[in-house]
Amino acid sequence: MATTDRYVGATLPAVTGVSPPHVVAFLIMTTALVAAPFFVYPVFLMKALCFALFACAFNLLIGYVGLLSFGHAVFLGAAGYGAAHSAKVWGFPPELAILFGTGAAAVLGVVIGALAIRSKGIYFANITLAFAQMVYFFSLQAAFTGGEDGIQSVPRGTLLGVVDLKDTLTLYFVVLAIFLVGFLLIFRAIHSPFGQVLKAIRENEPRAVSLGYRAEQYKLLAFVLSATFAGLAGATKALVFQLASLTDVHWTMSGEVVLMTLLGGLGTVFGPVVGAFIVVTLENYLAQLGAWVTVVQGVIFVVCVLTFRRGVVGELGNLLRKSL
Amino acid sequence: MTIFGVPTQALFGQLLIGLINGAFYALLSLGLSVIFGLLNIINFTHGAQYMMGAFAAYFLLNWAGLGYWWALLVAPIAVAITGIVLERLTLKRLYQLDHLYGLLLTFGFALIIQGLFRHQYGSSGLPYAMPAELAGGRNLGFMFLPNYRAWVIVFSLAVCLTTWYVIERTRLGSYLRAATENPALVQAFGINVPRMITLTYGFGVGLAALAGVLAAPIYQVNPLMGADLIIVVFAVVVIGGLGSIMGSIVTGFGLGVVEGFTKVFYPEASNTVIFVIMAVVLLLRPAGLFGRAS
Repeated sequence: MATTDRYVGATLPAVTGVSPPHVVAFLIMTTALVAAPFFVYPVFLMKALCFALFACAFNLLIGYVGLLSFGHAVFLGAAGYGAAHSAKVWGFPPELAILFGTGAAAVLGVVIGALAIRSKGIYFANITLAFAQMVYFFSLQAAFTGGEDGIQSVPRGTLLGVVDLKDTLTLYFVVLAIFLVGFLLIFRAIHSPFGQVLKAIRENEPRAVSLGYRAEQYKLLAFVLSATFAGLAGATKALVFQLASLTDVHWTMSGEVVLMTLLGGLGTVFGPVVGAFIVVTLENYLAQLGAWVTVVQGVIFVVCVLTFRRGVVGELGNLLRKSL
Repeated sequence: MTIFGVPTQALFGQLLIGLINGAFYALLSLGLSVIFGLLNIINFTHGAQYMMGAFAAYFLLNWAGLGYWWALLVAPIAVAITGIVLERLTLKRLYQLDHLYGLLLTFGFALIIQGLFRHQYGSSGLPYAMPAELAGGRNLGFMFLPNYRAWVIVFSLAVCLTTWYVIERTRLGSYLRAATENPALVQAFGINVPRMITLTYGFGVGLAALAGVLAAPIYQVNPLMGADLIIVVFAVVVIGGLGSIMGSIVTGFGLGVVEGFTKVFYPEASNTVIFVIMAVVLLLRPAGLFGRAS
């Protein structure tokens, strides 16, 4: 039996209730994000926000349940297809398109989760990756996804029939609102009794089971939650870029979200957000360099795993002796 | 002549392609299984190392003038040495941690290696000529069998069975199996377990590179040739049961054939059939067809 400190994320401070550092950090983050579009290109920020929500959803699973899903792009991509298809072909308004896409990811989460959740560790990573590849091939061949072309020029529409999303700045604040709602819901889930049980299962599953918790149901619920929020990010992203494509379903995207979370700090509340912003910024600067993007990502992986396992926020929290 | 409404030519043609793919699945999943058995990590770099094997053959031919038969010997050893260096310098430091870190580290190396090769050689493949001795083919009456493809199937089967024999039936293999069960105890008996781990990793990597050399004349030498293949091999390993030697060989060849037949009878599903089988196997036998329940 492995001792607890060998589990991913378990070297981090224990998850306790909402603490003052959390509130301060949240206020700083929100202020920065409200001010940011007046200084930085809003479309870039929206991309980063979608990935940040995606990474937070992923972190819910690895950071608090100790399960590494290597196929999380499926939920991002499938929700993107759902939102794009319903908005473009069925003429759904944006709020319903996002809901539909998110729902599709949740359903997919139930199916894949039910099959994968019985396995642990490396097996779990392997199985989620294989299912993700299966969905990728399905997306490549299915008619409604548009194959290699994807679904292009998705209409952004008018939110609730009132707010016109064609204006980029308006859209930015809508995306920011979606991100903050998602972020706070994930935060709430982590710090609820449910989150405490998840932590107990991560630390010592047989003991949690002996205390009467149905570990598999808790893990499945966490998986579905994680898939749903990843879907929310994907559906939003599809409307922002007016595009749903194969890139979002490919395993390289699953690798990217692992990278963001690892770099920001596994099992930290703010780590995935920081990691997502760093990775998206890096890719933005390196975009002209082609294959070097992959090399840089690989180097970050290697450096993080060998010397920097707490990640940026984890190290910061360790320095300040606070759980962030 | 037709079977179930399919011309036998097409049927046997796909059976052959299936066996070829199966040979690569078997060699690659065998290497993964051997590594997993002792190191408890999934070697995500495996696909990149398969690609390195093919490139090593290409370099040997174009830089050193060494042909296919030399490449078959030298390329796996050369790539195995890079694997050994990698294990000594980095992987070794992660054995005390959660095994997922090993997965992430090898994933990082896969990205680096594939990125570097893609930067240098682009995404379009480089040609690698078939050895003259194995050019041509023979007509079996019901189908045309290219000699090289027959050689790949026979040779990889021989390599797989030899590996199985060495691990399951020899003294050296018994050390390996004992170390898989209980490394601390084997170490206490005076066997150098860390060295054994390093060599095992090198051997697994060498198998991947060997598959790469075999693949070079069939597919082109391409920086991304192993990137998607390795995910299918992961599914093969899950179906066979992680760590099972015979399981890897049988499921590797078997799934290659199943995939080939799917191409004949229901081509739309040929990319996904292995993953569907994986889902079914997980429902019925979570430990895999040949795996022991843990």
